[in-house]
Amino acid sequence: MDSPLRLITTEATPAAELAKVVEALLVVASQPLPVEEIAAAAEVDVTHVGEALELLAERYCEETSGIVLEHVAGGWAFRASAAASEACSRLFEKPTEKGLSQAALETLAIVAYLGPLSRPEIARIRGVNVDGVVAGLAERGLISEGGRENEFGAIRYRTTPLFERIFGLESLSALPRVDDLGADVTEIRARLEAVAEKRPA
Amino acid sequence: MAVAVRELELDLDAFEGPFDLLLSLVLREELPLQEVDLAEIVIAFVEHLADRGELDLDACGEFLVLISALLELKARAMFPDEEAELAELEPEEAAEELARRLAEYRRAKEAAQFLRGRLEARRDLYFRLGPAPLAPRPERKLAPQSADKLAAALRVLSIEPPAPSTAHMALRFPPTSQFLERWRSLLRRRSRFDFDQEVKGLSRVEVAVAFLALLELRKQNEIAIAQAAPFAPIRISRADAERSLSWTAHSA
Repeated sequence: MDSPLRLITTEATPAAELAKVVEALLVVASQPLPVEEIAAAAEVDVTHVGEALELLAERYCEETSGIVLEHVAGGWAFRASAAASEACSRLFEKPTEKGLSQAALETLAIVAYLGPLSRPEIARIRGVNVDGVVAGLAERGLISEGGRENEFGAIRYRTTPLFERIFGLESLSALPRVDDLGADVTEIRARLEAVAEKRPA
Repeated sequence: MAVAVRELELDLDAFEGPFDLLLSLVLREELPLQEVDLAEIVIAFVEHLADRGELDLDACGEFLVLISALLELKARAMFPDEEAELAELEPEEAAEELARRLAEYRRAKEAAQFLRGRLEARRDLYFRLGPAPLAPRPERKLAPQSADKLAAALRVLSIEPPAPSTAHMALRFPPTSQFLERWRSLLRRRSRFDFDQEVKGLSRVEVAVAFLALLELRKQNEIAIAQAAPFAPIRISRADAERSLSWTAHSA
């Protein structure tokens, strides 16, 4: 006998319908898609995209899926699950981050925190010539030219969305606060300042 | 690590003790940097590294920063008048500058450490990279065109258009007499009539002239005109008939 009460509804909700469109956009995209772009493409409100993304985030997570939805570089993107990493590593390379030297990472850090800034400015902080390192980072697409000092001054560099994606940052604001860095910097500074004060007049 | 650099034991002509202390003395100006053989410090450090048997990159990095800062200070001390810019820095300022640079560099190093950690955490994560396959701009499709068609179109345009006719603007009034006759004959047959009914089907100009004819007749006291309310039908009657009617109305 048919029960008049049906607990499971097969009727698709609007959010579920929109989720289909959103996941379709994400699977075609090769860069993280900002919510606004998804909304414009799907011709719906941003808040509705947010609901659809919530549904997708539940479905595409490490526990249940080989495809994982992540919020990165100011947008949403699919990536392979960590569980599939070995298989991926047999078929794919990661050329962008492969063999990044300590010098490259320090330069990237400086550009990420203080950018846009020029090569001489980076060199002043690192204490060495950075031309080669900067060229290498630009070639990898982790930094890019972003204006000049004055009008005809040195080229300034800033980090790219690719940088945020490679390092899994939602945005540059996901970097640790400058104040939280260099715990023993304060100690060095205090020591040097104390030394300077003690200097006989 | 970093501790190894600071506690590096030195045995130089001018100084004997840990590197740490040398730095303090130099900054306090208790030890003239000109007398310190910096090359010997480098040799001591390299020997120290060799003794440890492993390459400590962090220690090397910090040592390089410190030794290069010392070299800069020494160079400034040795050539005080070489350049105004270099001379500007007092030893105290130089010490502050050294501290500032060390702090700045140390921050960059720690930020780099953070980035290294992120990279490590994402080592096993793969994703698609590449330029976004943006939708191609829709091309505007044009029908095949020929120069002859364009010439033909231009030829049509080059002909001067005929002057527009203003014939419709000249109002041609039918003579009022035409309607005077018409109303008079009508009133000979009927004692009254409805204006709207009689002018039905006439043009606006003709209606206006017909109305003028009515006013003319009223002026000559041949007719009476009545209207119950604005826009109500206009009733026209013979003057004598109207007069008796108004008299009845007054007597009531």
